[in-house]
Amino acid sequence: MSGSAEETKKHIDIYMKVAGALAVLTVVTVLASYIDVAVPLAIIIALIIATAKGSLVVSYFMHLVDEKSRTLAIALALTVFFWLVLMLVPIMTTSDTYGVHKPLPNANAAHAEDEAH
Amino acid sequence: MENVTTAEHVSQAAHDGHAHDEHELSFLRAYVFSVDHKVIGIQYAITAMFFLLFGFSLMMVMRWQLAYPGAPIPFIGNFLGQANAPGGIMLPEFYNQLGAMHGTIMVFMGVVPLAVGGFGNYVLPLQIGAPDMAFPRLNMASYWAFFLGGVVMFASFFVPGGAANSGWTSYAPLSVIALEGQTWWLVGMIFLITSSLLGSINFIVTTFQLRAPGLSFTRLPFFVWAQLVTSFLLLLAFPPLEVAGILQLMDRVAETSFFMPSGLVTTEGPLDISGGGSPLLWQHLFWFLAHPEVYVLILPAMGIVAEILANNTRKPLWGYRVLVASVIFLGFMSFIVWAHHMFLTGMGTTMSAFFQTTTMIISVPSVVILSAFFITLYGGSIRYNVPMLFALAFLPMFGIGGLTGLPLGLSAPDLHLHDTYYVIGHFHYVVAPGTIFALFAGLYYWYPKATGRVMNEALGKIHFWGSLISINVVFMPMFITGLVGVNRRLYDGGMQYAHAQEVMEWNAVMSYGAWALGFFQIFFIINFFWSIRNGKKVDDNPWRATTLEWQAPSPPPHGNFTAPPEAHRGPYEYSVPGAPNDYSMQGQATRA
Amino acid sequence: MDIPYTVAERPDTGLNNVKLGIWLFLASEVMLFGGLFSTYVILRVGGVDWPLGAEYLNIPIGAFNTAVLIGSSVTMVMCFASLKLGDFAKYKTYMGVTILLALTFLVVKFFEYYEKVTHDHLPSHSTFLAIYWTMTGLHGLHIVGGVIVNGYFWGPGSKLWHEKREMFENRIEAAGLYWHFVDLVWIFLFPVLYLL
Ligand code: HEM
Ligand SMILES: [Cu+2]
Repeated sequence: MSGSAEETKKHIDIYMKVAGALAVLTVVTVLASYIDVAVPLAIIIALIIATAKGSLVVSYFMHLVDEKSRTLAIALALTVFFWLVLMLVPIMTTSDTYGVHKPLPNANAAHAEDEAH
Repeated sequence: MENVTTAEHVSQAAHDGHAHDEHELSFLRAYVFSVDHKVIGIQYAITAMFFLLFGFSLMMVMRWQLAYPGAPIPFIGNFLGQANAPGGIMLPEFYNQLGAMHGTIMVFMGVVPLAVGGFGNYVLPLQIGAPDMAFPRLNMASYWAFFLGGVVMFASFFVPGGAANSGWTSYAPLSVIALEGQTWWLVGMIFLITSSLLGSINFIVTTFQLRAPGLSFTRLPFFVWAQLVTSFLLLLAFPPLEVAGILQLMDRVAETSFFMPSGLVTTEGPLDISGGGSPLLWQHLFWFLAHPEVYVLILPAMGIVAEILANNTRKPLWGYRVLVASVIFLGFMSFIVWAHHMFLTGMGTTMSAFFQTTTMIISVPSVVILSAFFITLYGGSIRYNVPMLFALAFLPMFGIGGLTGLPLGLSAPDLHLHDTYYVIGHFHYVVAPGTIFALFAGLYYWYPKATGRVMNEALGKIHFWGSLISINVVFMPMFITGLVGVNRRLYDGGMQYAHAQEVMEWNAVMSYGAWALGFFQIFFIINFFWSIRNGKKVDDNPWRATTLEWQAPSPPPHGNFTAPPEAHRGPYEYSVPGAPNDYSMQGQATRA
Repeated sequence: MDIPYTVAERPDTGLNNVKLGIWLFLASEVMLFGGLFSTYVILRVGGVDWPLGAEYLNIPIGAFNTAVLIGSSVTMVMCFASLKLGDFAKYKTYMGVTILLALTFLVVKFFEYYEKVTHDHLPSHSTFLAIYWTMTGLHGLHIVGGVIVNGYFWGPGSKLWHEKREMFENRIEAAGLYWHFVDLVWIFLFPVLYLL
């Protein structure tokens, strides 16, 4: 990011706007948490807002929008992909058991006895 | 700035860089706290070789117990301490300590530091024509983090209850309720992980930024490619294990329940913990690293073998581009196969199918690489020197290791084979006669670069043939006992199991193999130290090789090259028709 | 021979060594916190009952700390911009404010922790508190690290500006990237731990 004073001043302008947006979004996410909605919906709302804030930080404060290096792009794309794998795959290995009620074997036996009586 | 040529750019960039102190460095700065990649590489290599020997010695002691369960260990038994081996007879707890530490030491303190820290540090900057690593002080820091980690691990043998004894995998919940040694293990691991992370950043930046003018990515030696992919694996796979280590430390020290399910009961009654944790979480975080880790163990080895094969067949490496594509693909896939270590955990069938598929896919690039190496041999005028012998042996040995892995990647056969000696046989073929042989090849091959002398050929050949035969005596029978169903990590080698009886006699055979293997290493150790002063003196390029490191003086001075190197052609231009010599060095403008 | 591209950009990668280095470091940090968030998800999905963050944590205090960190990110980016404009005095002020805001965050966090301890809400109490302490604790250590680095560049390290201007700018850019990342992590930690 080598630029003239002119450019830097423009950047400062953007930083201030981003700062404003971040402040607003923080208020919104706190307020939203007081609304009584089902947990899954609350999670989705909170994560969308957090992602929006995060993208602003990464794009402008960390200058990713101005970054033209292909090397960096590849390295970061790989990181994001493996991050997703790390976030999603472990939990998916338990997916076959969702909603399946598996009583303990001896609990079952007691239950069977109950029914017999 | 746009159209400055790279060469101009270098001199310009060099201009605003630090001016090196040309004055004499003190002993401490030159050899102990050095920032020179060559010194650090040698430090890594020596430390790692010490740990390899130590980890191997643990196994030689354990092999007595496996061969003659319950018999007092001759001589050495007197020094193991009454708490560990009363009357020289090894206790099961002590066997577990030695087993856990053997695995940890070999993987994290032996092979990785030698393959990446040692060879990577010494050879990579030279091969890309760089004066040093990109961040020399960071480089020193990563060596010392490794060293501290090693010290912590080593010291853990002397704490009450001894070293960690929950296996190198440290599966929860047993590892959480284990004795104090486990805490030391975790702290040691955090140091080792930090060291690898710092190192991997350094390697990647060095490879991207410090390549000599003209050395485009398609002209990089295969060794550099292998190291680059390895560094990405370390960079992205190690942090989750670091997290896992911290969480287990929390479980042990702050009594949290990250890996502790509710309702655990031990011999001392129900555990007083909050519960609600997940033991499988540990396995996910552990194998998220530990599968890529096996590629960290094998890729640098493949890189070394590639260099030596091209050099000693006097032929270009066959299928350079295919090899590069395969190694990248291999690195990528290695992140999405880890749960093939967890088929028996009750993982859902959907995900089980997913991991079986990815595992079968990842075997393809490995086979491609091995095939390309074999094809390289075809029609070559092969020189059978010591490095080449080790590199040649790598091929079938790694082949056995790789092919025996396929049944483990499918959940049906894995039900039977999991946790048996078959697994031990499989991965030792990959890492011992595979990786370790490649590392020996590399040591013999680059020794003249570091010292200006070659190692003794006759001693080297004894070392090679002795090791090759005895190492197969150690590991081949493991497939037999494993298929019969003998479990690993049994302190009596399976004596108490009826189904194991018919194969018990193999235990002694394997032990004799291991001790013979130890005996033949003596030839290497003598050769290594003796040759420093007495080896045959050679010129800068004794193997008549092509890559840039052979253009530097032996040993290379501070800053490496006498004149800034530049690459004019690909890395493996051997026997080019019409060229005056059978090798054209990368750094020479006209073929000489 | 000296190490090339310590300051200048290498044409074919478009980066200098420091910048590539710090981004790679951040990549590993992404995986580090990824491991923690993954842990959170697994424990929460597998948990029998998971408390709402508000049952243990104080939302206004958390929101305040969020604002403090975002503020410090803004002043941090202004440090870099001031250097670009050649205004060293302004750089010093902004860096000073960044450090003060970071310290404010730590003090507030300390009182939050203190309150937890007095109520016996220790990590061993439940998996929720365990993950809360671990995640915020690791994040806190990152803040401490940032304060040390920024303090160095505010104090003794700032001499470099007068000797090698471009090199100093690069270092502040790298320190800034790190600091924004720490802020970014908190942007996710706050809703995940406090609000859900
Ligand atoms: C060449 C000499 C070696 C010999 C004779 C040897 C022998 C053995 C034996 C017999 C075991 C099984 C112990 C048991 O189940 O109770 C074992 C385990 C292990 N070895 Fe080696 N080994 C050697 C080299 C290596 C190397 C080079 C590595 C890694 C790079 C390594 C890594 C491991 C690991 C990780 C385990 C633990 C497996 C488990 O947790 O069950 N070994 N070794
Ligand atoms: Cu695996």
